[in-house]
Amino acid sequence: MKPPPFAYARARSVDEALDLLAEAGDDAKPLAGGQSLMPLLAYRLLRPTHLVDLGGIAGLDAVERRAGEVELGALVRHVELERAGLGLLSEAAGLIGHLPIRMRGTLGGSLAHADPSAELPVAALASGAQVVLRSRRGDRLVGADAFFVGPFTTAIEPDELLVAVRVPAAPPEARTAFEELAIRTGDFALASVAVAVGEAHVRIVLGGVAPAPVRAGAAEAVVKDGGLEDDAIAAAAAAAARECDPPDDPLVGRAYRRELAAVLVARALRRCRGSEAE
Amino acid sequence: MTEHASRWLAPDERAEVALVLNGENAVLEAEPRRTLADAVRATGLTGTHLGCEHGVCGACTVLLDDEPVRSCLVLAVQAAGRRVDTVERLAAGGTLHPVQEAFLRHRALQCGFCTPGFVVLAEWLARREPDASEERVGEVVSSSLCRCTGYAPILAAVRDALGRR
Repeated sequence: MKPPPFAYARARSVDEALDLLAEAGDDAKPLAGGQSLMPLLAYRLLRPTHLVDLGGIAGLDAVERRAGEVELGALVRHVELERAGLGLLSEAAGLIGHLPIRMRGTLGGSLAHADPSAELPVAALASGAQVVLRSRRGDRLVGADAFFVGPFTTAIEPDELLVAVRVPAAPPEARTAFEELAIRTGDFALASVAVAVGEAHVRIVLGGVAPAPVRAGAAEAVVKDGGLEDDAIAAAAAAAARECDPPDDPLVGRAYRRELAAVLVARALRRCRGSEAE
Repeated sequence: MTEHASRWLAPDERAEVALVLNGENAVLEAEPRRTLADAVRATGLTGTHLGCEHGVCGACTVLLDDEPVRSCLVLAVQAAGRRVDTVERLAAGGTLHPVQEAFLRHRALQCGFCTPGFVVLAEWLARREPDASEERVGEVVSSSLCRCTGYAPILAAVRDALGRR
C-alpha cells in the first residue's frame, strides 16, 4: 500500500504548473489535496510518472465575492467551503468523508476527479456553476452541465488545469437542499440529490445514480408547473426515479438506488417548501 | 524545456524536508512517494500507526499546522515548512495528557492500535471546539475506526476530555 515511484515538483504559480505539466508529458498529474489521488496511488490504480504539487500556489485558495457571483479558487478546501455560506456547495461539503479528509480535500480536486458518487459535482451542477480551465491558450469557461462527461471523466483537456469555480449568486427567495444516504457516516453516498428552487428556476440534480451527475428534467418540469404541493412533489420524485440510470452492484441493486433517488428528491423538495425540518 | 528541470525531484531522489516536528526543527529525508506517516515513523516516532494506508482508518492521524489530517494521505514533501504534531507530543516529559488519562479511565482502548489517531483527534477537538455538540462529537469521533471497543468507551472518554460526563 505504498505509492509507486514518481517525480515531483512544487509549482509556485499556475503558469509554472502548466509548464511543468507540459514538460512532464501525458502521464503527469496535478496534486491538490491528494485525498482521492493518494488512495489511487496506494492501490496502484494510477501510476503517474510525475506529480505537480499545486499546494504552493499563492491565491489559488481565494474566495472572491463579486457582483452576481462568487469565484472559488481550485484549492478552496472542503472545511472552508462548509463555512462559506454558499448554500448547496456548503451543505454538500460538510457531508464529504470525515473531518481529516475535509481538512485537505479541495473543491477543484473533487470536481476534476469526478467520482460519480461524490457530493460536490452534484452540488456544482445544481448551483449552475462554471469551471475555469486554464491553459497556455488562455482561459476557458465550461458549465457544470458540459463538464462532467462520465465516471472520472471531465471536459478538461490534457493541457488544461482547473483553476477556479464560478457560482452565480442565488436569488434571495431561492431555497436549496442537499440530501444523501450513505451506509455509514462519511462513506460515499449510495445516492444524493441537490435541489434549487427559485421563482425563475428549478434545478434537481441526482448523484450516484448515473455515470455522472444528471439533471432530472422531467422532475424539474413537474415542479415548475405544479409547485411544491404534496402531489407535485410525489410526481416529481417518481419522474426523477424514471430519469436515472443507476449502477447495479452486489451490495446495492439498481431498483433500490432508483427508489432512493425518489425518496431523496421528495425529502429535498419538502425542505425547500419549508415543511420539513432538516 | 530544461528551464524547470532543476525543479523536479527524481523518483529515487531524497529531498530534505525541513519542518517543525513536535515543536522542534527537524529535517525528514524523503523521496517523492514517501508518505508523511512513513517519514515520521522513520525518525523513531512510531506512535503514528499505519492501519489501512489509504485514508480510511484514521490510525495515522497527526496535526498538520494544527489541523487533524491522515498522514498516509499526505506526502512528506508536502509538509515542507509546516508544523507537524504527533501523538508523542501529548505525553512529552513522560506525563500523560489529560485526554490520554480520560482514555485510560474509560478503558477506551483494548489492543490500542487505533488509539494514537483517536487521541490526537480528541485532543484537537477538546482544545479547538470545547463546546462541540453531541452530534459534532459523534461526527468527529467517527473519523477513526476501532475494531475492539465498540466506540462507546471512546465516546465516553472524549466527552470526559471535553469536561462532560
